[in-house]
Amino acid sequence: MSLSVDNLAVYYRTLRGDVRALDGVTFEIDDGEIMGLAGESGCGKSTLGKSLIRLDGRMRHVGGTVTLDGRVLPLSDDRAMNAFRYKEVSIVPQYAMSALNPTRKVGKIAKELLESRGVDFEGVRPEFVRRLELVGLTLDVLGMFPIELSGGMKQRAVMVLSTLLDPSLLIADEVTSALDVSSQRAVAEMLVEFRERQFVKSLVFITHDLAILYQAADTILVMYAGRLAEKATSDAVISRPLHPYTRLLVSSLPEVGVRYENRRLSGIPGKPPSLLEPPAGCRFRDRCPLASAMCAKQPPFVEVEPGHRVACWAVT
Amino acid sequence: MLRYLARKIVVYVLTFFVAVTIDWAIPRFMPGDPVEGLLARMHAQPSAEEALSGYYTQAFGFDVPIWKQYLNFWAALLHGDLGRSIQNFPTTVSELILGALPYTLALLVPAVLLSFWAGNKVGAMAARRKALDNTVLPVGYVLTATPQMWLGVVLAWVFALTLGWFPVSGAYSFDLTPAWTLEFAADFVHHWILPFAALFLVAFGGWAIGMRNMIIYELESDYSNYLTSLGAPTKLVRRYAYRNALLPQITGLALALGAVVAGAIVVEIVFSYPGLGTLTLGAIQNRDYFLIQGIFLFLITGVLIANFVIDIAYVLIDPRTRTGMQGGR
Amino acid sequence: MALSRQRDVGAGAVPQAGLATIGGPVVTAEPSAATGGAPAPDRAPVAAHRSEFLYFALRNWKFVAGLSVVLVFIAAAVLGPVVAAHAPLEFNGPTDQPPSSDYWFGTTSFGQDVFSQFVAGLRAAFLVGALGGGLAWLLGAVVGFTAGYRGGAVDDVLNMLTNVVLVIPTLAILIIVSAYMNVHSYTVEALLIGLTSWPWAARAVRAQTFTLKTRDFVDVARLSGRSRRQVITSEIAPNMSSYLLMMFILLFGGAILIGASLDFLGLGPATSVSLGLMMNSAFLSSALVLGSWWWFLPPGIGIIGIVGGLYVMNVGLDEVFNPRLREL
Repeated sequence: MSLSVDNLAVYYRTLRGDVRALDGVTFEIDDGEIMGLAGESGCGKSTLGKSLIRLDGRMRHVGGTVTLDGRVLPLSDDRAMNAFRYKEVSIVPQYAMSALNPTRKVGKIAKELLESRGVDFEGVRPEFVRRLELVGLTLDVLGMFPIELSGGMKQRAVMVLSTLLDPSLLIADEVTSALDVSSQRAVAEMLVEFRERQFVKSLVFITHDLAILYQAADTILVMYAGRLAEKATSDAVISRPLHPYTRLLVSSLPEVGVRYENRRLSGIPGKPPSLLEPPAGCRFRDRCPLASAMCAKQPPFVEVEPGHRVACWAVT
Repeated sequence: MLRYLARKIVVYVLTFFVAVTIDWAIPRFMPGDPVEGLLARMHAQPSAEEALSGYYTQAFGFDVPIWKQYLNFWAALLHGDLGRSIQNFPTTVSELILGALPYTLALLVPAVLLSFWAGNKVGAMAARRKALDNTVLPVGYVLTATPQMWLGVVLAWVFALTLGWFPVSGAYSFDLTPAWTLEFAADFVHHWILPFAALFLVAFGGWAIGMRNMIIYELESDYSNYLTSLGAPTKLVRRYAYRNALLPQITGLALALGAVVAGAIVVEIVFSYPGLGTLTLGAIQNRDYFLIQGIFLFLITGVLIANFVIDIAYVLIDPRTRTGMQGGR
Repeated sequence: MALSRQRDVGAGAVPQAGLATIGGPVVTAEPSAATGGAPAPDRAPVAAHRSEFLYFALRNWKFVAGLSVVLVFIAAAVLGPVVAAHAPLEFNGPTDQPPSSDYWFGTTSFGQDVFSQFVAGLRAAFLVGALGGGLAWLLGAVVGFTAGYRGGAVDDVLNMLTNVVLVIPTLAILIIVSAYMNVHSYTVEALLIGLTSWPWAARAVRAQTFTLKTRDFVDVARLSGRSRRQVITSEIAPNMSSYLLMMFILLFGGAILIGASLDFLGLGPATSVSLGLMMNSAFLSSALVLGSWWWFLPPGIGIIGIVGGLYVMNVGLDEVFNPRLREL
């Protein structure tokens, strides 16, 4: 499968005007690729993830196209999008732990959901159980209420349910953010396993945690203030970051074995610009140590090495 | 589940106990002497006064020590003896109450059930359609802010006195006697409609608004968003939302019972409907203390029983109460 | 969920059947700005909150509409008796007259001026609403905070107390008390109403306190040695301020409705005028049969106006305090 996003722009309508959360992003994801989507809070990564499957109340598709396996996704048309949801594009939401109806048993939720989508539950049940066991849940789970499961169990159940129809693209929205380190690892490994077993073809792994992306993702796409900063293989992004923002991000990561009396963890001073009235030109300009007069114009997101794209005048 | 119900029962038993004690205590600790008060109102012959005074003192139990009064009170209560009415002597209070009860129930039960059902349905529909919502909301708020007796008066004025479609008082025509005939039934319903409407409309408004808000809340919940993101049809999402929204509404029903009963009382008075309401008004006006006390206890018991029934209904509908109490993980 | 709407409180039954859940999701929990996401016990948002509040409040048509209606009635209550040409209980006018230039709302069967009765009744209504609602609010807040914050045995006892008072129908208690005790003033009536309608408020406050209690800023306050009372009044209560305000409004309206029922039954003060009493005497004097609509319509309209206005105001306030509800 392949996903091709071309100049996608999605804004939030608010009382004070449009918040330009996603302002013209272009990238591709190949068949079988796990792409990490990283950036700080408010950079637009969640917006991007959500717009690929469902625009909620305040979001407006303002421009650009998304093409999945050669078919254009009708993002603004809620009804037409339904044909793609769950079957081609699926999501493990950020709130996975509360995504199950508390007054219904897990098995019933799954059954009613699948049947409402035209899938024969009895037919997929064996596979469903098999996958549940794969992630460490037992058949009993189907007969339990969500309240009887722990947070981790609920999340895993949701992961299995979301991927049951083998979607081409899975969006994993901050699935590790609320977990402790060992659970994070388990979940990340689970996602990779899903890809290995072809439960999903490609994955968008949204998180603010670069370290976990380094372990689990093939490529990393770094976003800043609604625009793309850099995309390359995980290895390249972590060891040879080109965009000043990425470099600052990476250097703010603690490293195993390094003692900080010798070198201090650097943060990035300042904060991201308001997306209501974003500045013209490169949005990182105000915090960038390499900023120059050229940065008054938005740098294009271009390939500077094979498989490595950056949006920065200082690099290109 | 059993633990949940058991806890509720404890509260109800305790409440009954408290209510009975209040009922017993109030005449004894209020300023003024009820017996004197009664005698003053009666303008009895001086010769009869002493006999009356003696009777009333004994009826109230003032002639025995306080603790004995209390125990006697409970003893009588458990025998179903609520004393004799003062204004309707020698009819017992129980007789009067039981005679009026069917009429009150005939108004209350349908009004409560129908307004709950219809209000919730309409509220849920309003949460769906903006046009309907824009009507339901203001109408609902006006209805729920309306005093029931006033609505009764207005309905009577418009539909009974001005348009003449319905009678303005009583439960049935004077020339009929209660019987299980179609004629009586039709006449009964004819008299029943306006008071029922007064109770129904006000309650309906409240439920509609409440349900509309609850549905909107449920539709914003995580599980709703998840299902919609996976392309589930709105019908399925709404079904879940309705089911979940109903739960707090049922709890609310239990809480609103007191208000419902109050409404029934005043509406009955407006229509001279021969239920507990009219009985109460007469009792108050004539200072028929025993009748008032009897009605009070009756109301309390009725409300407690109704609460319990609602608790059971809640347990049946919310699957979580059953699991949680069975020691599930 | 960022917002905690206390549904399992039973969502607050206002003493008018069916309005049970208006106190639920309509009255939501946390003021958005506040310490929900802030890592530090930050009190500044409460101040910034105020000007933001005014901005949004005045732009919310429900709030403005409701408030306007209530203000009109307040004005009528304040100015009416001053402007009225006749004393409310003075009965030397012609009986059963429809509205005229002399008697703006007509006269009663006793020759009294309905208009002056009406505006006097408005005053009584506001008095009962403010005092009765206020007392219920105070009791509910005290019991709720204490039960919610202390937890444990204290909570159990208070809970039991709340449940007992909750189940007993308010009107029943008021009937029996008023029967033995001649209520002489609206203050006393308001007191009685306040003493019996606090339970649902206590429940709601308790549930909210539970939620807030587990927040970090409360822990910090406790660790820095502040007394229980201080923690409640300066940390928890301000974060519930919007909720408390909306609760007060609901209690205010509810008290007016209960008061009207009491007066209609003849259990209120007999010597002054109230809207419920107007309806009572209108009814007893067969105003209905006589068709004296000017007598029995205004009191009800007054109550609907005030209470309805308050409820609509409340909905508007909910939208102001809870940005998620603000419509585009």
